[in-house]
Formats: sequence, C-alpha cells, structure tokens
Amino acid sequence: MQDDLIQRVVNNPQYQELKRKRSSFGWTLTWAMMIVYYGFILLVAFNKEFLSQRLGEGVITVGVPIGFGVIVFTIIITIIYVRRANSEYDDLTAAITKAVLK
Amino acid sequence: MNMKNTTKSALALISLLAVSSGAFAAGADLGQSVKQPTNWVAIGMFAGFVIFTLFITKWAAAKTKSAADFYTGGGGITGFQNGLAIAGDYMSAASFLGISAAVMASGFDGLIFSIGFLVGWPVITFLMAERLRNLGKFTFADVAAFRFEQKPIRIFAASGTLVVVAFYLIAQMVGAGQLIKLLFGLEYYMAVIIVGALMMVYVLFGGMTATTWVQIIKACLLLGGATFMSLAVLWKFGFSFESMFASAVQIKTDLALKDGKIAEVAAAAGQSIMGPGNFVKDPISAISFGMALMFGTAGLPHILMRFFTVPSAKAARSSVMWATGWIGYFYLLTFIIGFGAISFVLTNPEFLDPVKGGLRGGGNMAAIHLSNAVGGNVFLGFISAVAFATILAVVAGLTLSGASAVSHDIYATVIKKGAANSADELRISKITTICLGILAVTLGILFEKQNIAFMVSLAFAIAASANFPVLFMSVLWKDCTTRGALVGGFLGLISSVALTVVSPSVWEVTLGNPKGSALFPYASPALFSMTIGFVGIWLFSIMDNSARAKKDRDGFLAQQVRSETGIGADGASGH
Repeated sequence: MQDDLIQRVVNNPQYQELKRKRSSFGWTLTWAMMIVYYGFILLVAFNKEFLSQRLGEGVITVGVPIGFGVIVFTIIITIIYVRRANSEYDDLTAAITKAVLK
Repeated sequence: MNMKNTTKSALALISLLAVSSGAFAAGADLGQSVKQPTNWVAIGMFAGFVIFTLFITKWAAAKTKSAADFYTGGGGITGFQNGLAIAGDYMSAASFLGISAAVMASGFDGLIFSIGFLVGWPVITFLMAERLRNLGKFTFADVAAFRFEQKPIRIFAASGTLVVVAFYLIAQMVGAGQLIKLLFGLEYYMAVIIVGALMMVYVLFGGMTATTWVQIIKACLLLGGATFMSLAVLWKFGFSFESMFASAVQIKTDLALKDGKIAEVAAAAGQSIMGPGNFVKDPISAISFGMALMFGTAGLPHILMRFFTVPSAKAARSSVMWATGWIGYFYLLTFIIGFGAISFVLTNPEFLDPVKGGLRGGGNMAAIHLSNAVGGNVFLGFISAVAFATILAVVAGLTLSGASAVSHDIYATVIKKGAANSADELRISKITTICLGILAVTLGILFEKQNIAFMVSLAFAIAASANFPVLFMSVLWKDCTTRGALVGGFLGLISSVALTVVSPSVWEVTLGNPKGSALFPYASPALFSMTIGFVGIWLFSIMDNSARAKKDRDGFLAQQVRSETGIGADGASGH
C-alpha cells in the first residue's frame, strides 16, 4: 500500500472516529464479558452455597438461572456488537474508503 | 451418584473434546469400550450421510481449481453459512456426548463446563474477527506475520498450528475409534481407517468447499437431533423445567438410598446436582482452565481459518454472531439432554451394565441411550450416525488447516519466498493432506490403549499460550517486533506443553507416576503459560533495538489502517 494513501486515511477524521469508537466499544464489551464469566467462576469457587440455594419451594436453585443467564448474556452481547459494527462502523468505513480513494 | 463418580466425571470433563475416550479414560474402562452388536440402522443412516457428502465433494471438486479455492472455498461462503460451519467445527462429538454425560453424572457442573467453551466467542468477535478477515488471506500466519520478517514468524505459526492440530487430531481419532466400535459394532482399527480415508477424500478433492458443506450439514443434523431430543424430554414433563429437575433430584436421591445412605444424606446428594459440586476444586485451576477455554478458542487454527472463507469483514462478524448463537443454543440443549438422561436412562435397566454398574457401553453413552429411550431404534441410529459424522467433519477441518500451514506458510512463503505458483502450492497441500491422513490413522491406532484425556485441553492451552498472544500482540500492539513475537510465542508453546507434562493428568494418570508426585498441581497451565507468552513477547520486543525492530514498528500504521478499514485487503479471498 502506498504511503500517501495511508497518510490520507490516517488524516481522515472519520478514520480516527472509527478507530476510537470501535476500540472503546470492543474493549468495554470484552471487559463486561470477562467480569461476567470470571465472576461466575469465582462464585463457583468461593460461594457454592449461594448458587445452591433453592429458589422458592421447588428444587431449582439460584445457580440455574444464573448459569443460563451467562449463556444468554454471551449470545446477546455478541449480537449487540455485531449489529452496531455492521451498521455504524461499516458506514464509517465506507465513507472513509470513498473519501481516500476518491 | 457417589462422590467418587462425580470426581471421575469431573476429571473426564477436562478432556471434553476428547470424545468418548476422555470419559472412558477417567472412568472405569480406561479408554476401552466394549464392542457392541452391529447396528444396521445406524450404519445405514451413516452410509446415507457419506453418500450425500461424497456427491457434495464431487460438486466441490469441480470448483476447486486453485490453491485459494482449496484453502478458502474461493471466499464465496456467506456469513450465515460460515456461522453454521464454525459451529459445526466447534460442536464436536465430545461436546455433545461428553457434556450431556457430565450433566447426567453431576448436573450443574456440566453447565459450568459448557459455559467455558462458549465465552471465548464474544472475545473473538470484539477484538479479532474483522481484523483477521482484513489482514489475512489463507492462514492465521498471514495475520501474525503481516508486518514482521516472514520466515521466523511463519515457522513459529506453522509449528503452533501443527502441534495444536496433532493433539486435537489424536484425540478425535481415538475417540472416533472407540465411539464407532461402540455404536456400530466395528473393529477399532477399521473405524479409524474409515474416518481417515473419508476425511482424505473430502479434503483432497473438495478442499474448503467440501469441508465447509460437510460441517454445515453435520451442524444442522446435530442441532436438529439435539432439539428433537430436548423437546421430547420436555414434552414428557409437560414442558415444566421444575418437574424435570424435580424428577432428576428424586432419582438421584433414590440411587443414593439404594447405595445405603441414610435418608438425610441421600436427599442432600440428590439436591446436589442442582448446584456446583466438585468440578472446581481450587480457584487457580478454575481460572486457569477458564482462560485456556476462553482464549484458546481464539487461537485454534482450524477455527481461525474459517474467517478467510467469507467475502468481507461484515460477513466475518455475522459468522461469529451466528456461530455464538448456535453454540450457545446447543449447550442449553445438552443441559436438558443430560437431565433427561437422569430420568429416562438411569432408571431403565435396559441401558445399565449389570456387571460393572453404570451405563452400558461407558459413561459417554448418556445421549445415545436417551435417543433410544425417546425415539426408539431408528432415532438411535440417527443420533449414532450424527455422532460419527461429527467426528469426521471435525477431523476434516483440522487436516485442512494443518495442510495449509505446511503448503502456504512453509512451502510457499518460507521455501519459495512467496513466489510459488498456485498449482505447485495446491499439489503440496494435497500431498500434506495425504501425509496427515496417514499420520492420523497411525497415531489413532498407536494411541488406542493410551490415556489421551489430556490432549484436547492441551491443544486449547497451547492455542491460548502460543498462537493467541502472538496474534493479539501483532495486531494490536504497535511496539511488538519479530524477535518479541518469536521468542514469546515459543516460550508460551514450550511452557504450556511442559507444564501439562508435569501436571497430574499426564504425570500421574498417563505416565503412571505415584499420586501427588506431579510438580505442577493445577488442572490447566494456561494462567501461567499465557502469562509467560505475553510477558515474553512484551519483554523481548521492548529490548529489541535491531534494524528489523524499527521496520516492524514502522509497519504498524499501514497494518492498522488495513485491519481497521480493509483498505488494501482483497475484496474476496478468491485471489
């Protein structure tokens, strides 16, 4: 790739916006996922009693909705990112490409 | 279920992807399954699958002309299709049989496991998927070596790929042999040869196109079969989770009473399947193992390769989204299937081994017996055939990624310095495919009686400690250099293998040293070996003042522009 093309991209304010937005959103969601997952693992390691508590009269415990919740959370957080990236980020990318390639 | 069995199944879980062999190894029958009477319905169904996929291979072969077609199917696979194929790659027979068996044995602990296998996917989506697609062409080495000196990084990446593929492949082959002996009543060596031969046909003639479609078909069959089974279980309980769980708790309580426990202890044992049990022994092992699963997923070469089969970054993102959805859904199903197995398999003497106790055919048969219980012999045949197809598809994907590492990274880039022509490269990948196929069959037969329970967790640990750090740092950290990536990557690779060798599952269980003599006490090395890998890359990069290091750092800007925007990337990886 030619150096002047790279410079044009780097100098494009929309490129800086894309980079900043994607990086902050991506890392925020990554941390959210890590906190949820390792939080769950630490709960399993240190507070088994909490997860084994029964919910109401039946045999279902607190752990069941929490465990299912982690799975559903994982799927939803992925969908959230992909939806935003496939609209907002792709629009920005298209605008940058158009601007620098003319 | 008594404590001993719970511990055993927890141990077996560590090797989840090692298919049946894992649980056998940790269970009573040490990797040896009992040959069952020949099951003609299952063989018929499987034959149907094979004939259908061979037609697809024939169709794919006509489209596979260049090396690019071979590696990526010409880049013409949609996000949705690729998502299903990734899910197919990831949902091995072990996820299906192993997790449902684990849920049957210890309930909630099985769920903890499946969650670990799922949580790597969002991380891949947020940080890697689109960047990989924008930078890479055929293999993850394309990305890792993008701005670095090609030769050393390619050699490292090819080593990382081949080591991961080898361990994963052995686990799958041995698992296939045991499973087929069990399900179809064929001899072990015949089963291994059939898997090896079919896999070679798919990969040799159909390349990535055939491999992808085999994955997609298998993913649909597996998801369909598992959905049917779960619905059948829920239907029997009037679609009430509470009564499904209550029945399982009651059965576990009765079993404990039969074992001679007093009522109070038995009731506690029954209820214990609804909460975490012995799986997490110490927090370090739990976190370390969680890291291997979470980040190992982002370093598995056969998974990473799938990102190059789609035409754009958008399609790459869509494919991980679909994959995450299907895989998550699948793990929810295995939880229901496991609980269904408690109610309908553990209570039925037809499925129990009168001599040894436990399930007929070994611990991993929970889902298989359940298919018989809810759908009769025909559905049993269907699920058995799906389990076999699953192994076949995973093995084909692994072989393809190993072959690409040799032909694209070693032959075309290192030996021919990027000047190999497509026909020669294709020829080399086909020769490698044959070699890998023969190697896989040989290793499968050699390891028949070995305890290979550690192999899949080792593959994940290596992927997390060697491939992932190099990929991550080269894409995201400006100051990373060739030397840093090379030294850190190999440190991660060596430390993960070494720590696994001196961990209890290999040192004591496989090598037969006395209990308690293992130098490394934890279940997975990832926490330590990943740190070694990352620190190694960081340290050797910042200390690197060579001319090459300057070039590496100067190259970051161009790499970043391309990874963020795709400007300069191929429109489709078909060229």
